[in-house]
Amino acid sequence: MSTTEALPQAYGRVIDPYSLGRDRRGDAGGGRIYVTGRGEGGPASRRVIVGFGFWIFLLSDIVMFSVFFAAHAVLQTETAGGPSGRELFNPSHIAIETACLLASSFTCGMAAVAIEARSQAWTQVSLLITGLLGLAFVVLEAGDFATMIREGAGPDRSAFLSSFFAVVGLHGLHVSAGLLWLGTMMAQVFVKGFRPDILHRLLCFNLFWHVLDIIWVALFTLVYLVGALR
Amino acid sequence: MLGKLTLQAIPFDHPVPLFAGSFVVLVVLCVVVWIALKGYVPYLWREWITSVDHKRIGVMYVLLACLMMLRGFIDAIMMRSQQTFAFHAAGYLPPEHFDQIFSAHGTIMIFFAAMPFMIGLMNFAVPLQLGVRDVAFPTLNNTSFWLTCVGALLINVSLLVGEFARTGWIPYPPLSELTYSPGVGVDYYLWSLLISGVGTLLTGINFVTTILKIRAPGMSYTRMPMFCWTALASNLLIVAAFPILTATLAMLTLDRYLGFHFFSNEAGGNPMMFVNLIWAWGHPEVYILVLPAFGIFAEVISTFSNRPLFGYRSMVIATMAFVIVTYTVWLHHFFTMGAGADVNGIFGIATTIIGLITGVKVFNWLFTMYGGRIVFASPMLWSIGFLVTFCIGGVTGMLLAVPPADFLVHNSTFLVAHFHNVIIGGVIFAGFAGLTYWFPKAFGFRLDEGWGKTAFWLTLIGFYVVFVPLYITGLQGMPRRMQHYDFALWHPWIVAAAFGIVLLFCAMVCQVIQLRVSIRHRDELRDDTGDPWNGRSLEWATASPAPAFNFAVLPRVHGAEPYWEIKRRAIETQQTAEPQYEPIELSRNSPVGVITAFFAFFVGFAMIWHIWWMAILGVVGAYAAFVWFAWRDVEDYTISAAEVAQLDRARRRVHEEWLTQHARELA
Repeated sequence: MSTTEALPQAYGRVIDPYSLGRDRRGDAGGGRIYVTGRGEGGPASRRVIVGFGFWIFLLSDIVMFSVFFAAHAVLQTETAGGPSGRELFNPSHIAIETACLLASSFTCGMAAVAIEARSQAWTQVSLLITGLLGLAFVVLEAGDFATMIREGAGPDRSAFLSSFFAVVGLHGLHVSAGLLWLGTMMAQVFVKGFRPDILHRLLCFNLFWHVLDIIWVALFTLVYLVGALR
Repeated sequence: MLGKLTLQAIPFDHPVPLFAGSFVVLVVLCVVVWIALKGYVPYLWREWITSVDHKRIGVMYVLLACLMMLRGFIDAIMMRSQQTFAFHAAGYLPPEHFDQIFSAHGTIMIFFAAMPFMIGLMNFAVPLQLGVRDVAFPTLNNTSFWLTCVGALLINVSLLVGEFARTGWIPYPPLSELTYSPGVGVDYYLWSLLISGVGTLLTGINFVTTILKIRAPGMSYTRMPMFCWTALASNLLIVAAFPILTATLAMLTLDRYLGFHFFSNEAGGNPMMFVNLIWAWGHPEVYILVLPAFGIFAEVISTFSNRPLFGYRSMVIATMAFVIVTYTVWLHHFFTMGAGADVNGIFGIATTIIGLITGVKVFNWLFTMYGGRIVFASPMLWSIGFLVTFCIGGVTGMLLAVPPADFLVHNSTFLVAHFHNVIIGGVIFAGFAGLTYWFPKAFGFRLDEGWGKTAFWLTLIGFYVVFVPLYITGLQGMPRRMQHYDFALWHPWIVAAAFGIVLLFCAMVCQVIQLRVSIRHRDELRDDTGDPWNGRSLEWATASPAPAFNFAVLPRVHGAEPYWEIKRRAIETQQTAEPQYEPIELSRNSPVGVITAFFAFFVGFAMIWHIWWMAILGVVGAYAAFVWFAWRDVEDYTISAAEVAQLDRARRRVHEEWLTQHARELA
């Protein structure tokens, strides 16, 4: 049997070239059916299951963020005589934070390339840069928060500031948790190498990190840009 | 050192909670000591507590649900008896205690009785019905269960240490803000639901992934059993709705702990935003509960009518329509907010559409029974009881959906009667139907029918005797949650409702006796064939109790009723060829779930009592457990082909004998 015959085919073309639809043993549930990952040909491969499950988690996380966004939309004019976004936001800081986060997404993508090439050194380097950029983002944001609280513009000052601190802080918390995860993953890749289960986790981390970027873009637009206009 | 926690937290001056709490602690201690003395601890730890087998986790969920239902039912007895005595009198429960009881009753019944009951039955049946070996993430499944347990445990700890919320099961601000609820009651509520909410969300993710990605070969979407469809819908709702609950409760937590102003009266906070947000979760929650219930009824009615489900595709469309429409009706929980006639009108119409979709389902069940050979076994009785009861609840719901009518009965006992009507008549009846239906698959023997039927009739009658009077007092203007009253017109009805509670108590006793009698007579009730009800879906194609690997060989699905098809073909050919057995890989049991939950409990308890160091330790401990688990090198264990063959041949022999005997009657 040649290699192309072993791969699932439809309409004369090889579908599922990366065998996403097959499980670890190369077959679907004891039989010799090739499947496309849509679930009709038996259980999907571990990689598909893990990635798909993590996507579902990310969607639920986005729902949670959307609640905080909605609360911010309701409360953003409720400054209770306190400072508004225009007076508080420091555009240059936010620009640097954005740059850090977007650059870290790029390096995270580079890490994915390095993992695909199974290069331990490049994986570690790009993950390290990702982590440092993320850390810079968190430190800058925490500095901003500290300044605001020192100036009497903390979350207890007004409903606007409550929702601002909550939604931005929730994102910051996600980035911090991501950093913890990143450190753990770097140690795991170093100790265990590119095992399938480690690869699945790295895939999930990549998804997570990019979603944090997407949420930041929404934050930047809806909280900072709209807030600065008010 | 211990934050707000002092000896004063134990209610020495309140005899009722003190004795109730001490009694529970005593019973739990006795059970633990008995287990330890009998030497069952290693067995429990190895086979149940750390088990990642979806069937065992399902059983544990149902057990938790039954225990918590007992707790919530005791609350119900106290409320009904208090109102019986509190006519022109103070009754025996002071207001601050009565308020805690109705809050705890609602919270426990929804989150720790109804939810675990449905999730437990989904856990047990869905992978079997899909013809596969486990859920997508078995260890996560175990973790979800233990996190749910932590939530239940925290609420019950509040009985003896501190107090519970006095705000109702949905703690509306500003009452639930620190200004008006300075105690730890609301904090118990918040941390209990924040922690168990994580567990529920993980369950949702797990099951959506399982149903969409892990099915037996050939099982396309339109071949999935109805229960799998409703489980999919319910879990999609969990994934989309529970983050709303978590976010809303997190905001209230921030208000209470760090002086935020999301829902406060001062500094621009907006209490009505809480009401909107929580019901944006709360209405989908109703369907998270009732959709699996609908699925159970579909399975039971089709099996015991000996007919395929009528209108399968319309049923699927109706199920998925719920998932969307349920997000468009949340405002009908508070028409009195004052959103204006237009807004109220739109939400009233949307609510009516939900009623129409339910109508599709009801008619499908009726047409399934029409012309069928109906067997009136107890699961079928629960289902028929459901059909009648749920229709009455639906009709009163339609009344509440009309805003002008709703204004008159808003927050009255009419509303209380309505939602008990749909939740008891829908979810709890389904729970008992499903429990009786799948019990043989879990334990290898059926439940005693006589006691089961007695329990059913007592429950049905008791339910009506409790809640018809509450409908009437509601129409007479009685508000819900009254600690005492002096309006003579209501009193006889309240006494009648108390009599109904006695009937329900007898029903509960019957259920306990049923379990005892069934265990004693298990040899006569034994299910040798694995198919005690002449079933139609794949869970009946394996042995009872189902082996750890569920199916020796994954079944190939050729039609919408796979097991019926297998039986039909087996009868036609009079034999089933022995399959090619292969080794099976299963996930190893893991204590990581229970360890994480252990730390989560301390995080919750520490946050409630402001013991910051303990909270930090708890988080670190949970993370350490997580990393330790992630570091494992061996995920699976293998059952050899020979062992699988040996286990399966015994089942096949019995099954083939049975098939030959019943060939004529089935054909």
